[in-house]
Amino acid sequence: MTAFLGRSLIQKTITLFLVSVVSFLIIHLAPGEPSQIDPLNPKFSPEMVERMRQEFHLDKPLHIQYLLFYRDLFSGRIVSWRDNLPVLNKIGERFLNSLPLFIVGTLLTWTFSFPVGIRSAIRRDGPFDKTTTFLAYVLISIPGFFFAYILIILVVTQLHVPVIGMYSFGIDTASPMVRFMDRVWHLVLPSVLGATGGIAVLSRYVRSQMLEIIGQDYVRTARAKGLPDDAVYYRHALRNALLPFVTMFGLILPGLIGGSVIIESIFSWPGMGRMAYEAILARDYPVILTLNFITAVLVLVGTLISDLLYMVVDPRIRL
Amino acid sequence: MHFHGEGPVARAVDGIDFQIHRRQTVCIVGESGCGKTVTALAVMGLLPMPPARIAGGRILFDGRSLLDLPADQWRTLRGRRIAMVFQEPMTSLNPVFTIGDQIRETILAHEALKEAQARLRTISLLNDVGIEDPERRASDYPHQLSGGQRQRAMIAMALACGPDLIIADEPTTALDVTVQAQILHLLQRLQADKQMAIQYITHDLSVVSAIADRIYVMYAGVMVEQGNPGQIFQQARHPYTRALLDALPTKEKRGQRLATIPGTVPHPAYKPSGCPFHPRCGFREPACERDFPQMCDYGDGHGARCPVIQRMGGFP
Amino acid sequence: MTADTRNSALDAATGLPPARTPWEETWRLLRKNRLAFSGLLIFVIFFLVAVAGILLTAGSRPVLDPAQVRLQEKLLPPLSLPNHEVLPPEALPPLGRYLLGTDDLGRDVFARMLQGAWVSLTVGFVAVGIAVIIGIILGGLAGYYGDQELEVGHLLVWTTGVIAAFLLLTNRPAGAAAAAAASAVIWIVMRRERSLYEGPPSRRRWFTRGLVSVDTLIMRAVDVMLCFPSFFLILTVVALLPASLYNIMVVIGLTSWMGTTRFVRAEFLSLREQDFVAAARALGIGDMRIIFRHIMPNAMAPVLVSATLGIATAILTEAGLSFLGFGVPPPHATWGNILSDGKQFIFDAPWLTFAPGIVILIVVLAFNLFGEGLRDIMNPKLRERN
Repeated sequence: MTAFLGRSLIQKTITLFLVSVVSFLIIHLAPGEPSQIDPLNPKFSPEMVERMRQEFHLDKPLHIQYLLFYRDLFSGRIVSWRDNLPVLNKIGERFLNSLPLFIVGTLLTWTFSFPVGIRSAIRRDGPFDKTTTFLAYVLISIPGFFFAYILIILVVTQLHVPVIGMYSFGIDTASPMVRFMDRVWHLVLPSVLGATGGIAVLSRYVRSQMLEIIGQDYVRTARAKGLPDDAVYYRHALRNALLPFVTMFGLILPGLIGGSVIIESIFSWPGMGRMAYEAILARDYPVILTLNFITAVLVLVGTLISDLLYMVVDPRIRL
Repeated sequence: MHFHGEGPVARAVDGIDFQIHRRQTVCIVGESGCGKTVTALAVMGLLPMPPARIAGGRILFDGRSLLDLPADQWRTLRGRRIAMVFQEPMTSLNPVFTIGDQIRETILAHEALKEAQARLRTISLLNDVGIEDPERRASDYPHQLSGGQRQRAMIAMALACGPDLIIADEPTTALDVTVQAQILHLLQRLQADKQMAIQYITHDLSVVSAIADRIYVMYAGVMVEQGNPGQIFQQARHPYTRALLDALPTKEKRGQRLATIPGTVPHPAYKPSGCPFHPRCGFREPACERDFPQMCDYGDGHGARCPVIQRMGGFP
Repeated sequence: MTADTRNSALDAATGLPPARTPWEETWRLLRKNRLAFSGLLIFVIFFLVAVAGILLTAGSRPVLDPAQVRLQEKLLPPLSLPNHEVLPPEALPPLGRYLLGTDDLGRDVFARMLQGAWVSLTVGFVAVGIAVIIGIILGGLAGYYGDQELEVGHLLVWTTGVIAAFLLLTNRPAGAAAAAAASAVIWIVMRRERSLYEGPPSRRRWFTRGLVSVDTLIMRAVDVMLCFPSFFLILTVVALLPASLYNIMVVIGLTSWMGTTRFVRAEFLSLREQDFVAAARALGIGDMRIIFRHIMPNAMAPVLVSATLGIATAILTEAGLSFLGFGVPPPHATWGNILSDGKQFIFDAPWLTFAPGIVILIVVLAFNLFGEGLRDIMNPKLRERN
């Protein structure tokens, strides 16, 4: 157990180091430099550019830049190239904005996928299974932004509620109840959109996992013992079918940043995904690299958590 | 009992007829793929439907027709009156529950007992099937047991509610030879203790000679010969039974080459016409390719589906 | 039908199921799976449309000109007739009507959709092609040669080789020659050392010591790549590079090979242990022949499935990039940027959003259905049952 923890910590640290090197190289070896981003801007005189280059260590060789960057990152001194504000504070603020979207989306995904997937597996090839299967394929295949527009048109024209942004402009003076409902309405569409793709994929996965388990010998044994169908499906089959999802539970963490770029752009939601998009547009390297680093940490922590959870739920695994 | 089983295109079992009396051990013998397991699962009501479909016939248990029973009542018979032991103890036990849990669950599904009583019964069952230190073993997971212990646990599970009939589907095939003998003895001892009937499914004739009261030989979903061990082993009247016996190593045949049966069991969807065994049979006549053979009665419960041998008055 | 009855009549004698080649069997099962078969049909139609699209819209005098601006005719709904009085004859749509309407510059949306079909097709196929090739090579290496140790010397040979290539590319031939020479020298020394000494690994000279196994190396690379959120990574790289169709295809390909690598490796690992491979090896058949003749054909089924699903994902990714403004640069039309341009007119001219949106949906759906159907068909458990 301790050996496993130690080994995987070392392994993950090495992976993290490699990720930091690779992302640093990708960004710095690409043609162009932030100092050249807007050569026509009168504020960027040659002296200005030179000063900027010095300030951000761009005049140093790459490996020194790398060391300086990660020193700054770990000491929390890293600042954005765009507005000189500390990156970690900016990210913290955006993180709090993304959090409600993420939580509601994840809850929706996990609460809908399992009942749907299990039901279609148990009643395989029945009308429910066929409908949900086709719907799932449609939801997987529809471009997110197109779907978002359809939903926006529907909601705005039919329900007459505001959906863009985190809250309506000038709502501060309204009563608390109105303000609360306003927040809820703004939250609904982006989180539903964020969840639909997840529901489609996850429910398919639950279904195939469940089907696989239902075909196992021990499920037949459970039937041979004369257990009622509910006990056969929900105790014997489900318990085994759930094992791989424990792994996935650790892997939803990185979804905090990755999955939300398009949705947050459409809804002008000031979250992490939109921040990443803006940083890429402005070539704000510190922000991009920091976001990347945090994501990598989340991925690695996620896999570690899922490994540990797996050990808890599967009696066959003892490390 | 008499029924016709049928798959979507594959007629896995077709025209078999057998009876099991109380306290009797009945063996169903045949090569792999000849429909033995399908027969057993049909009796248990465990055939996955679809794709399987029982096209006709009857399964009578204690005078009741199982096929006409509502699903729920059939379920309450399973595990309580009829129990089954499967071939692969490793995959037939649920890996995420302890064996104690799995046995106790069977008891609680059929009897209104308290947890504690069920726990006590579980431990005594494990003791009955010869698992040492049953209190501790009850909280082991299947992967922590050896193959023989797992099969003992499976048997304990089958015994949980004192069934009248145990269907054992090749229970020793996946085990080491020494363990096989132990499991066989265990089954025989338990049968005497608990007054159960056993339907024992196997491809291994040497096992059959040790335990059977009555033998049914199956080929390609058809019952080709039936009788008691003396009749089958001494006076086989079907070429297939004869071929199986010839393939068995014995003292007399020491040093000789063992006979083999040419060809393989037909795929259920592509059964030959007439007698299913005719493509592999050494006594084939033109009529065998056309007519499905009738069961020829040799008296005293002995019968074989081969008119050719009957006319010849036995094997030459 | 007749072939079927004849077969079963024939086989009644032997009692064996009729022998079919794997391809015949796959085709038969595919015909039975209605969703997958319609997916395949749509894919074939899409392919033909894309080819027709490139033929009709390319060249200096295309039949359907997607770039023809008609400022008098902007935002016309689908099927509307052109105004013959204000348009010069060469600007009239050749089909007599604007089948899918016009956009804010009066361009024919139908022509632009045709042009975009080719982009989606090539993006899908080239990106997935790159990913699959990388995946097969790395997965095959990890699966077949996985337990081989990479030695310090190997690493030196490779690094100096890469440095040589780099120097050559940056026009420094002298340095390149020196690095290449160093690489060659290390290699020769390693060969000599090996031929002289065949002792226990622990007693080897430092530069022939095992450092890390091939499998570990490749799987760590996969782990590293999986740490990047893929869309974010693609977005970053595409944003940094000059906008072009080729960059997008290459970037999508280079960031999506990990899945293929993983299961090619898994297939190789299990196939390598199979008896038929052991038998081939016992017959003295060479590694390359074993890999390409015996293992690869068996490992192709999952690759094919993931490639089909990968094309669907690549088409969606390209559309997403175009939507965010990082796609193929205008004026070239892609489904993603038609949709993206149309979003400003979503209430006035909904066809600008719906035409590309629905077409993307149908094509991606077709690939997904076909891919999932293939997966079911290739699944040996299901094959047995049918």
